[in-house]
Amino acid sequence: MNGIAYRKLDWIAISLYLILVIFGWMNIYSSSYQDGVSVFSLSTKYGMHLIWISTAFLLASFILFSIPSKIYTSIALPLYILFALLLIAVAFIGVEINGSKSWFALGPFRLQPAEFSKLSTSLLIACLLGHYDFSFTKPKCVARAAAVILLPILFILMEKETGSALVYLGFLLVYFKEGMNGWILIFGLLAIILFIVTLIGSPAVAVTVLAGIIFILAILYSRKRWLWAAIGTGTVTALAFISKIPSPEILDTAITLTIPAALAASLILAFKKKKIGRNLLWGYVCGVCFVMSVQFIYSKVLQDHQRARIEVLLGIRDDPRGVGYNVHQSLIAIGSGGLTGKGYMNGTQTHYDFVPEQSTDFIFCTVGEEWGFVGSVGVLAIYLALILHLMKSAEKQVDRITRIYGYCTASCILMHVIINVGMTIGLMPVIGIPLPFLSYGGSSLWAFTLLLFIYIKLDYDHKINR
Amino acid sequence: MATFNERHTVLTIAIVLVFLVITAKLFSVQIINKEYRITAENNALKYETRYPARGVILDRNGKLIVSNSTTYDIMVTPANVSPFDTVALCRIFGMDTASVKERFAEYRRFRKKIGFQSLVFKKQVPNEQYNIFCEQEYLFPGFSVITRSKRIYPINAGGNLLGYISEVDADFLKKNPEYKSGDYVGKTGIERAYEPLLRGEKGYNIYLRDAHNRIKERFHDGEYDKVAIQGTDLTTTIDADVQAYGEQLMAGKVGSIVAIEPSSGDILAMVSSPGINVDMLADINNHYKEIVSDPYKPMFNRAVMSPQPPGSVFKLVNGLIGLQEGVLVPQTLYPCHRGFSVGNLHVGCHSHSSPLNLYESIMTSCNAYFCYVFRSILDNPKYESVQEGFEKWKQYTESFGFGLKLGSDIPSEQPGTMPTVERYDKLHGKGRWKSLSIISLSIGQGEIGCTPLHIANFAATIANRGYYYIPHLQKDTEATPIDRKFKERHYTMVDTSYFEEVIKGMAMAVTGGTGRVAQIPGIEVCGKTGTAQNPHGDDHSVFICFAPRENPKIAVVAYVENGGFGATYAAPIASLVVEKYLRREISPDRKYLEDRMLGANLMNKVKIKK
Repeated sequence: MNGIAYRKLDWIAISLYLILVIFGWMNIYSSSYQDGVSVFSLSTKYGMHLIWISTAFLLASFILFSIPSKIYTSIALPLYILFALLLIAVAFIGVEINGSKSWFALGPFRLQPAEFSKLSTSLLIACLLGHYDFSFTKPKCVARAAAVILLPILFILMEKETGSALVYLGFLLVYFKEGMNGWILIFGLLAIILFIVTLIGSPAVAVTVLAGIIFILAILYSRKRWLWAAIGTGTVTALAFISKIPSPEILDTAITLTIPAALAASLILAFKKKKIGRNLLWGYVCGVCFVMSVQFIYSKVLQDHQRARIEVLLGIRDDPRGVGYNVHQSLIAIGSGGLTGKGYMNGTQTHYDFVPEQSTDFIFCTVGEEWGFVGSVGVLAIYLALILHLMKSAEKQVDRITRIYGYCTASCILMHVIINVGMTIGLMPVIGIPLPFLSYGGSSLWAFTLLLFIYIKLDYDHKINR
Repeated sequence: MATFNERHTVLTIAIVLVFLVITAKLFSVQIINKEYRITAENNALKYETRYPARGVILDRNGKLIVSNSTTYDIMVTPANVSPFDTVALCRIFGMDTASVKERFAEYRRFRKKIGFQSLVFKKQVPNEQYNIFCEQEYLFPGFSVITRSKRIYPINAGGNLLGYISEVDADFLKKNPEYKSGDYVGKTGIERAYEPLLRGEKGYNIYLRDAHNRIKERFHDGEYDKVAIQGTDLTTTIDADVQAYGEQLMAGKVGSIVAIEPSSGDILAMVSSPGINVDMLADINNHYKEIVSDPYKPMFNRAVMSPQPPGSVFKLVNGLIGLQEGVLVPQTLYPCHRGFSVGNLHVGCHSHSSPLNLYESIMTSCNAYFCYVFRSILDNPKYESVQEGFEKWKQYTESFGFGLKLGSDIPSEQPGTMPTVERYDKLHGKGRWKSLSIISLSIGQGEIGCTPLHIANFAATIANRGYYYIPHLQKDTEATPIDRKFKERHYTMVDTSYFEEVIKGMAMAVTGGTGRVAQIPGIEVCGKTGTAQNPHGDDHSVFICFAPRENPKIAVVAYVENGGFGATYAAPIASLVVEKYLRREISPDRKYLEDRMLGANLMNKVKIKK
């Protein structure tokens, strides 16, 4: 390839990337600083990370200048299969770190295939959904799309890396964008709400909430909307009044009142608008089954440490020295930063190892403590800018594959940022996934660099060939 | 395509909303909630206590009686210990390997509870061991040294008086939150009474530390550190030489000596025998069991805690009351034919001339004379009943401090006992008792209990001709002025002039009466013997005196349990204390007396109460 039209490169994405990587290294330097040790010393994390950064830059330029973009459509499936195999292999021959078996050890270097599997999955999704024949109305296509996501989730769960598996749910956003029924997202959200309510309250409360939601939907679809709304408001007020009295018997009464009400509403609708009524009824039945199975899932499927993390997050369990230690210390570090922070290299909490994993999963603590509210919101703003920029740029793509791949890239970054930052400030359970571009670690930095720069390359090629 | 664009907008809005939620949470954590900042400080700052040196204790002449020396506690932080050479460590501290291993097994068992705390590994390590350890400290990561100060006693005197310090216990901490675990506090005696003065003020160094409790550096280069303020030195009223001498004299005897400077109320010496050796005091923890199980109760400060009948020395009180009440003049003559007899009642007496006046009765310690005096006080026609007369008599005795806490600065001081109307009503029936029923009070027997401090205070009162200062142990100095209450004169209800009459009798008692053994050539001693009857064994030997007669410098009581007659032990001992204090040494012609007292051992006569 001779002569590159540099102006056509996505410089906004590249500069946001560079800002994040450099800022990340600064914070790694601060959090793992060792007195009197050279910046280039490989015994330190900041020294090592310099190597990761330079190799990541090499990879980026390699992708931009040496690898033709056509190759990706043809290697998507083989790559996907390769990483699927690696994911299986790592579960057996991998090195166990912090309770999950997700690393390959090659001498001093460690590789986490789950990081790269996001890339191959994104590529395959782009190829699959980008195919002219693909449609979410065809069951065969839906089945394929589901399988692409579920397979890596399954393998990663085998490695006991539940956190990484969650990231793959982000691809549902891409599916939604590409025409998947929005109800699936809504039902997913509902399922999460019911899950939390079941754990914090009780299955009975969850069923009440479910009945309430069904009831509201029934009202929205009925013809005599106002009448139903009035009845509904009355019921809700009565319920609110009753629930103030903390007596299990009264709560049971409330449930026995609302459930028939919801059923009746749905039945009435079923007579007039058969389809919606039936759907609501089915929704109700499925919801009840879900709530009933949550207790089972929670006690049988989830592992002890995951249960503990979720309980701490939901406030069921208060344990600042045990499971809650990480979050507690992380909150202290971020909270003590105040508006403008303690200043670069001046954080006491991150400097003195109070926060575990501070240069990898908890790097945001260093940002929060040393740069304060201003700094942490600034970092979030850069991420938001990058994500929205990628989405906007993808939306403009003429090529379907490039567009879908762009959305996949954005969704991966989005999920990582939300889960990681949410974890450090106690909005999410402790899920050990890195903050893209900022966290220490070769696998993560390389994977995200590849992910981003493949998109930049695809975007560039299409601009050139237009 | 249109619907897809719509979904792009939906997704954009949803993502922005999620970021807003995160920002809101960040705002609440970083800006609104201040709690995290405080927790961060507690997390990262370590306050290391700097212990002040406890104030030293001096005697009235500036002689050091309690001072400090440095000891070293070896601390261990089990969480920071890495495998080390157990044998080498044991060799340094002379411990056996098995016990150390057992200790570490225990640390392991309680590791969750211990966390990153430092525990005392060995207390009060001697200097040599400390030096060796310092050289090899790098071999034993997790071990460290804390410097503490320990009490030392240059003179073997005043064990009971000084009291001991020991580490605070959980009960004490609950009541005194200003103390922290590991602090030492005065538990008895002067150490306890003057704890606030002696303890000083703790300081601290602030260090930054990391999550593993490793000290990183000084916080702001020590700018916010607090220097420990040394405890105030305390000058006592004790004369260390006299105190030590008194203890030597009382060795082998049970009882006490109290010497007071009448003109100030200063306690010059206070001996309780058997007492606590100062060597034990310094290492009280290792001797505590031994002290507590000692049947002679060395911890018990008899001088202020043991009320006993004062015996004949109390005749002086009755004489003074009689004079003040006008029922007696010095020239009043009463007969005595080997005692006092009314009906069936007989109070025996030894043989002496009869009849005799007040001076002679004091000189010979006549029992009969004071029975007459006591009867005339109680049966005085100006009172309607014996009970009323008794109440008046009791008021007089209380004005001397009997039956009351004098209010000294000795924490364990007891009030003693004086009988009450109610008590006799119970004993004999209401109003059915007469002066004869309680006649033993006339000679200091019966239902009367005075501590040696009471009796010494009485001696000082006579020496002052009618008033006393509350006896105290703290010397009034410019740096540490004493409480105002110690500077107030407490007058008795007896006029000053009557005291001269009693003093004349006391002088005669020493020159030619029962207390002749107390004579010191060149010093006019006034004294009174007492033989307190003891139904459980030999009588107690009691003697009070003061000297010189004019402008007295010292008033002394000696109370020797099971010592027999007052003149046998108490009088020689008290007079030797007087001589020691006034002359600093014993004259050659009284050496024989000193030797006899030093050599006497009455321990076999003492019945041990179990």
